[in-house]
Amino acid sequence: MIDPVLLALQTGPIDVVLAPLYWLLEFWSLLMSAFADVTGLQMFEYRFMHRAILVGLCIGIMAPLIGTFLVHRQLALIGDALAHTAFAGVAIGLFLNSVIDLGVSPYLTAVVVAMIAALLIELISEATDAYNDVSMAIVLSTGFALGTTLISINAGGLTVSVDQYLFGNLSTVTSQAAAILLVLFAIIISVVALTRNQLLYVTFDETAAEVSGISVAWYNRIMVMLTALVVVGAMQIMGVILVAAMLVVPVAGASQVARSFNEALLVSVVLAELSVILGIAVAYYAGATAGGVIVLVAVGIYTVSVIGGKLQTALGEESRPEMGSIKVDETEQFGD
Amino acid sequence: MSAHTDSQTAVEGTPSGREAVIDIADVSFGYTATPVLGDVSLRIGPGEYVAVVGPNGSGKSTLMKLMLGLLEPDAGAARLFGEPAHRSDHGSRVGYVAQHASASKEMPITVREVVKMGRFPHVGFGRLTASDWEIVDRAIGTVGMSAFANRRVTQLSGGQRQRAFIARALASEAELLVLDEPTVGVDVESVDAFYDLLEALHENGITIVLIEHDLGAVTDHADRVVCLNGEIYFDGPTEEFVDSDALVRAFGAAASSLGDTA
Repeated sequence: MIDPVLLALQTGPIDVVLAPLYWLLEFWSLLMSAFADVTGLQMFEYRFMHRAILVGLCIGIMAPLIGTFLVHRQLALIGDALAHTAFAGVAIGLFLNSVIDLGVSPYLTAVVVAMIAALLIELISEATDAYNDVSMAIVLSTGFALGTTLISINAGGLTVSVDQYLFGNLSTVTSQAAAILLVLFAIIISVVALTRNQLLYVTFDETAAEVSGISVAWYNRIMVMLTALVVVGAMQIMGVILVAAMLVVPVAGASQVARSFNEALLVSVVLAELSVILGIAVAYYAGATAGGVIVLVAVGIYTVSVIGGKLQTALGEESRPEMGSIKVDETEQFGD
Repeated sequence: MSAHTDSQTAVEGTPSGREAVIDIADVSFGYTATPVLGDVSLRIGPGEYVAVVGPNGSGKSTLMKLMLGLLEPDAGAARLFGEPAHRSDHGSRVGYVAQHASASKEMPITVREVVKMGRFPHVGFGRLTASDWEIVDRAIGTVGMSAFANRRVTQLSGGQRQRAFIARALASEAELLVLDEPTVGVDVESVDAFYDLLEALHENGITIVLIEHDLGAVTDHADRVVCLNGEIYFDGPTEEFVDSDALVRAFGAAASSLGDTA
């Protein structure tokens, strides 16, 4: 089922590891082609679109999932800071490839650099006892400055445009990049599924979480590292500059209408997927940059959510339940 | 309440088997070179209802953090249930209620979801079982919030919100409840109901440590008062505190050293 030409082109050691995922991508492509036959939609006919759509759908789940925890800790900007350091990682990857012919995907170097930056931000905040705007801004600018400098030094030897990293591009998602994204996606989903209790507690009430025996510092580190993974994964079609929007905008929309935390997670994923699908479709047919269109759609949905939330509050005012009485004596669970 | 008024003497002569819940011995602490607390010693036994009072910047919250192991003392030892507080693994035995939840006010989360967190020390990475949920719902019922279980916390009044946090501590089956100025910003009627709840929990054997600025509440409810301002000015039964000059001395000291403690 695997295209032999495609296989022959993939020779790096990483491709051996990713082989099962290439097979998965082939299978996804078949599904999409069948979907194109049924619907007659041109958008679903091309292999590059198959990969772009898959990447988009994964972004639509992982970005708001992590974003929900970030936004409610007022850490919305950390995604932006990490995206810009990821750009430095891309630049380092391109630089190494052109100077010593390393042959490694720039997305992999981006993962490494963004993870290091994430840990640095976290350690600085632990040492200074606060996430501060200034250290975040310094990390952000340093990352971007390093990226642009490396790329400008290297300009002669570069065969790829950096535009795809800055603004994202539907048509440049390679099989390798899509496979790397699937790995990141699996890591993010598994870690969140495993540590959801702890992440929720730390997000909602850090001190009480610490008192209850949860190591807040460790979960903060996990959180920023997951953010780094999301940012690098989403960068492919969102671009460095707009990637943070997917962490924030659907989450902000969901918290306007959701009645519980679980609902907020679910709604934010639905809103993000809606933005991604509509955004990719509009970008494809209008020939626009996908990242920009996706964010504009997301902001549009957010605006509707704000209005919806206000209406909900206005209509829900009349039901005011009575407070119950305190009845400690009926329980036997307390004390020793 | 009367059964507990002589609890301090009971702790001082702690008989074997009745370990102190909190044992602060000769503790000094400072965030910078200037100490916030100097040579503080305090033992709190099971079932006591203790209020810690003092002016702003007197080290009340610092003392609380040392008790809970959130800070490590520069000198001396802080023990919680007999183990060094900062290394103790007693998460489920301690309930903590802050002045305000530190999280974003916009966070969409229901009362039930907040109280559920009380079970996290018990379930770890796992899911809550049916019996865990039963405990959660019982705790919500205990604080009289059943009708609000599925309300967003952001829609509650200050008093209702604090009840939800108490319910979280109950759901964790805490033996020690530590409250840091829990009634700041809460309306008067809710404050009364809130102290009634604490009273009822106290009668059920839960140890209560109340960090409080409102002296009226303290003298009305707690059995034992610790008056603090960098050091302990008074530690004894509430009735004796009312008649003592500890307050004047502690708050007077605050007035003269206001600048360095902030």
